[in-house]
Amino acid sequence: MTALLSLIAGILFGAGLLLSGMTNPANVIAFLDLTGAWRPSLAFTMASAIAVALPAYAIVRARGASLRGAAVPARDRSRIDWPLLLGSAIFGVGWGLSGICPGPGVVLLAGGTAQAVAFVTGLIGGALLEGAAHATRRA
Amino acid sequence: MSLAAIPLWRSIAGGALIGSAAAVLILFNGRVAGVSGILDEAINGRFGEQGWRVLFLSGLLLPALIAGTGPVSWPGSVGRLVVAGALVGIGTRLGSGCTSGHGVCGIANLSPRSLIATLTFVAIAMITVGLSHLLPPP
Repeated sequence: MTALLSLIAGILFGAGLLLSGMTNPANVIAFLDLTGAWRPSLAFTMASAIAVALPAYAIVRARGASLRGAAVPARDRSRIDWPLLLGSAIFGVGWGLSGICPGPGVVLLAGGTAQAVAFVTGLIGGALLEGAAHATRRA
Repeated sequence: MSLAAIPLWRSIAGGALIGSAAAVLILFNGRVAGVSGILDEAINGRFGEQGWRVLFLSGLLLPALIAGTGPVSWPGSVGRLVVAGALVGIGTRLGSGCTSGHGVCGIANLSPRSLIATLTFVAIAMITVGLSHLLPPP
């Protein structure tokens, strides 16, 4: 059941990104570009996604477990630290340069273009690099 | 360059699909629909129980494999995309999340941490786009 539900969630997510147009980097940059013809579409998409997910999170928070009984580990929701801020800032530079974040990056691989492969190669390389640096810091 | 505006219903309906994906994962599996985290765990060989991370990522690809990706205008050269991708990979791992994990799931979970992360990456991305106008066109 876990497997099937995960597949369904992935399909819903991928379809939502396509329908909202957020797999096209130009549409993302149109939201991020305050100097040009600013387009609010991304904000509507995000607000709609949050509104739908909000009650689900409230239910799971109240129960402390998923509906199928899986324990949901309590997350630290309040810690604001340097890794969070610095990491988010670095992500913001990459997102601004490309108009692509990880979800659309994966979806764009379906087009089989050199550009999509380039972005996802960078994405995986960057994540592995940070992981290796993190392991070194901890050691 | 003129860009067709996205009809409001598509923004709202697309967002609702993304939100329902997040709702399914947390309600039934107790998992967060954060693509950067799921991808990072998967590439490190941690596929999760019943391989759920691989199945989620396969599902993510499926609609575009069937229907195509639609119009895509790339913002620059392959070299620029590798660099941008690497910054996204480093930043989302260091900051523990991306647009989906912090921006959708974290905010839906009323997490101040995710709200701050989201405001940070949106603001920095806006500044980056503004500054990129000063660069010669790719």
